Amino acid sequence: MGDDLGKLLGDCVHCGFCLPTCPTYVLWGEEMDSPRGRIHLMQQHHDGTPLTPEMAGHFDACLGCLACVTSCPSGVQYDKLIESTREEVERVHPRTRAEQALRETVFALFPYPARLRALRGPLRLYQGSGLSRLLRPVLERLSPSLAAMERLTPPLGRAYRLPERVPARGGRRATVGMLTGCVQREFFPQVNSATARVLALEGCDVLIPKGQGCCGALSLHSGRAEEAKAFARATIVAFESADAVVVNSAGCGSAMKDYAALLADEPEWAGRAEALSAKTKDFSEFLAALGPRAERHPLELTAAYHDACHLAHGQGVRAQPRSLLAGIPGLELREIADPDVCCGSAGTYNLFQPEAAGELGDRKAANVAATGASLLVAANPGCTLQIATALRRRGHEPAVAHPAQVLDASLRGLGPGVLGVSGEGGPGPSR
Amino acid sequence: MLRRLAERFRDRLGPESVIDDPVRLRTYECDGLTYHRASPGLVVLPGSAEEVAFVVRECVEAGVPYVARGSGTGLSGGALPRTDGVLVVTSRMRRILEVDPDNQRAVVEPGVINLDVSKAVRPHGYYYAPDPSSQQICSIGGNVAENSGGAHCLKYGFTANHVLACEIVTPEGEITTLGDGPGYDLLGAFIGAEGTLGITTKITVRLTRIPQAVETLLAAFPSVETAGAAVSAIIGAGIVPAAVEMMDALAIEAAEAAVACGYPADAAAVLIVELDGPETEVASQFARVRLLCEEAGAFEQRVARDDADRALIWKGRRSAFAAVGRISPAYIVQDGVIPRTALPEVLADIDRLSRESGVRVANVFHAGDGNLHPLVLFDDAEEGAGERAELVSGAILDLCIAHGGSITGEHGVGVDKARYLPRMFTEADLDTMQMVRCAFDPPNLCNPGKVFPTPRLCGEIPRVRKGSPDGELF
Repeated sequence: MGDDLGKLLGDCVHCGFCLPTCPTYVLWGEEMDSPRGRIHLMQQHHDGTPLTPEMAGHFDACLGCLACVTSCPSGVQYDKLIESTREEVERVHPRTRAEQALRETVFALFPYPARLRALRGPLRLYQGSGLSRLLRPVLERLSPSLAAMERLTPPLGRAYRLPERVPARGGRRATVGMLTGCVQREFFPQVNSATARVLALEGCDVLIPKGQGCCGALSLHSGRAEEAKAFARATIVAFESADAVVVNSAGCGSAMKDYAALLADEPEWAGRAEALSAKTKDFSEFLAALGPRAERHPLELTAAYHDACHLAHGQGVRAQPRSLLAGIPGLELREIADPDVCCGSAGTYNLFQPEAAGELGDRKAANVAATGASLLVAANPGCTLQIATALRRRGHEPAVAHPAQVLDASLRGLGPGVLGVSGEGGPGPSR
Repeated sequence: MLRRLAERFRDRLGPESVIDDPVRLRTYECDGLTYHRASPGLVVLPGSAEEVAFVVRECVEAGVPYVARGSGTGLSGGALPRTDGVLVVTSRMRRILEVDPDNQRAVVEPGVINLDVSKAVRPHGYYYAPDPSSQQICSIGGNVAENSGGAHCLKYGFTANHVLACEIVTPEGEITTLGDGPGYDLLGAFIGAEGTLGITTKITVRLTRIPQAVETLLAAFPSVETAGAAVSAIIGAGIVPAAVEMMDALAIEAAEAAVACGYPADAAAVLIVELDGPETEVASQFARVRLLCEEAGAFEQRVARDDADRALIWKGRRSAFAAVGRISPAYIVQDGVIPRTALPEVLADIDRLSRESGVRVANVFHAGDGNLHPLVLFDDAEEGAGERAELVSGAILDLCIAHGGSITGEHGVGVDKARYLPRMFTEADLDTMQMVRCAFDPPNLCNPGKVFPTPRLCGEIPRVRKGSPDGELF
């Protein structure tokens, strides 16, 4: 941690404007669990105070949602601060055996689609067996994190395999690469196929390189920079030939747009990283810029759009998904109260900090339910899992969809049923 | 002693409501004014009036000083902790207890955020009028302590005009309610006492009807003087705008860098004029305001087309203090008041001070009521720069006093300006004020060391009483 960190810390003028959008401050009302307080802790450590377990705890409790970056009038780059602080925590803070084991499991599993895929069979068996009801209370006692993982696992359907190239329909307007992601690819394959279809129907040749792996978002946002860099280099290589890379997962897009900063110190990669960051576009961002061409068929439903943090705060993409949804005839868009406050998913947060994540999930679910919308739309798989789980705790069986799925249903004229919406108000039945 | 108190508080409030780890405590060492720092001896986060009363009683019994703190956004160090004392943080007392639109009132806990009151009552057609620039985070309890104002106080008045009653914990640890009944206006004394007369635990606020029409104008001027002349012309015409705000070129530059508010780039000063009220009245007065601005020399006028447009105009103004962080590593936010008519003269003097000292000064102010907020910029990495800025900042206050104004309009005295108080008041004045304080807080444990430059012992015979043979004044 050099002088750069000192400068970044110095940008904070302690005004407190970040407090009301910080999820942990909203929960606990404590200075040291606010962005301003965490920056103060970072400053203390920078000035020579050893990194105490208490300090590490407050850094770990940060969701990395970046709402504070949006609300800061002084331009503090909290994203950079927390990233380098997490690296420092990983370097010097001893984790307990149990923490260590959980972290190793998560980072050995989630960034690897092949390993997630290997889990699918046993998970489907497990879900079909009714064992869940017996095992859940035991898990809650043994490890709240494992219990969270169990709860959050979505009902798994059949796996789809996408071809390496999906040709444009009706005259090509662009050629784009598509990131399939890890969790998205294995747990939400229907989102990826909808993304590819919508892009093709809007006139894009969609290239889906087989060699692509994890983009490194989970590692980057958890202080594992070296691991993240390796993933970043591989992703750069996989997409080097595409004009644009369309990403349908907010966390991944945000990380890829940060490649330029991540690899800035590696001369042979800096330029290539910058090029990839520049051409990375979120699904909605890309389509809004391209402009609509394919016909929108009516979808009679009410939808509540949830701002994923890494889309709204991380990439500044708020208007585009709303305008895409609002452009569908018959669709009524509703706003969720406190849109800036994170749902608690935050990458690996709901696994490492299950209690806080659960509380935030409950708050978000209450706000979602209050809209009375029949469909929840979110552009990040983590958010979808998290909010759906919290809604289920409230006794709702929520219909959830990615904007790509909603658009897909409209372009293909499939009607609201395909999104799990029953047609009447109130959260509909599960698919 | 503090360790024993911590045990007592833990037993009664629960372990999660007491902070005594030194690293954590330090995050509370300052509020919005970072110039003064003191790490509290202990932090407690009570959840109810009873818990606040318990904490206060324990402190009094132990002879330990205590300080109340809301969201920690104050700009005069009013909530600066005591290293030998307890910091009572109200950020967990944030329930809106009652919304009563029929009687135009709401009852809230002190930790409730200012803007959240308006959000809660908006569906009923009301809002909470006092709007400090920090309204998105500052707490109602803190507003009461500081008698906070805001841009719209020109027409609607300060916090004191919008609080109907306060439940407080007295410095002796008793829960009582100050209201607007007959007798001495104790509520009036309490509001703006900067937390020296007790801790508020429940506030009944007055709600204001959302006006039928609002018009907002952004006018750009070639000089600060012409903008000042426009303000005088508007007020002189008998118009009472909801707000009249001025920013000079440096403040505009900062706001632009922070929030891209789109103010005219070549303006030496901009005015934000907002009118609200019945539609016909607003329409006719707004036309008049635009004409007066034009006559005074405005070279560009923009009218907010809708609420989003209005929000963008205000965003530049509201973020101005923090935004200055974009153009300067460090700065002092000053707060002073002058008669509106002295505006051009005082601004010229500030400009002269700035040029002579080489210290840059950005100006943001509530022009309608003469409340200046000069921002004195400096580089804290540079040797002696802070001291030079401090000198300029103090000289600006002298200017305010020389023109018959005040050393603070709305940020309070706190610790930061206690030393300037004798420039405005005689010793007898200060003694009299301290006697009020002594009546509320005889042991002098409730936020001691704030407001007054030299604390007085409450048993001490006040000077004004000299020569009076049997003078029990209280």
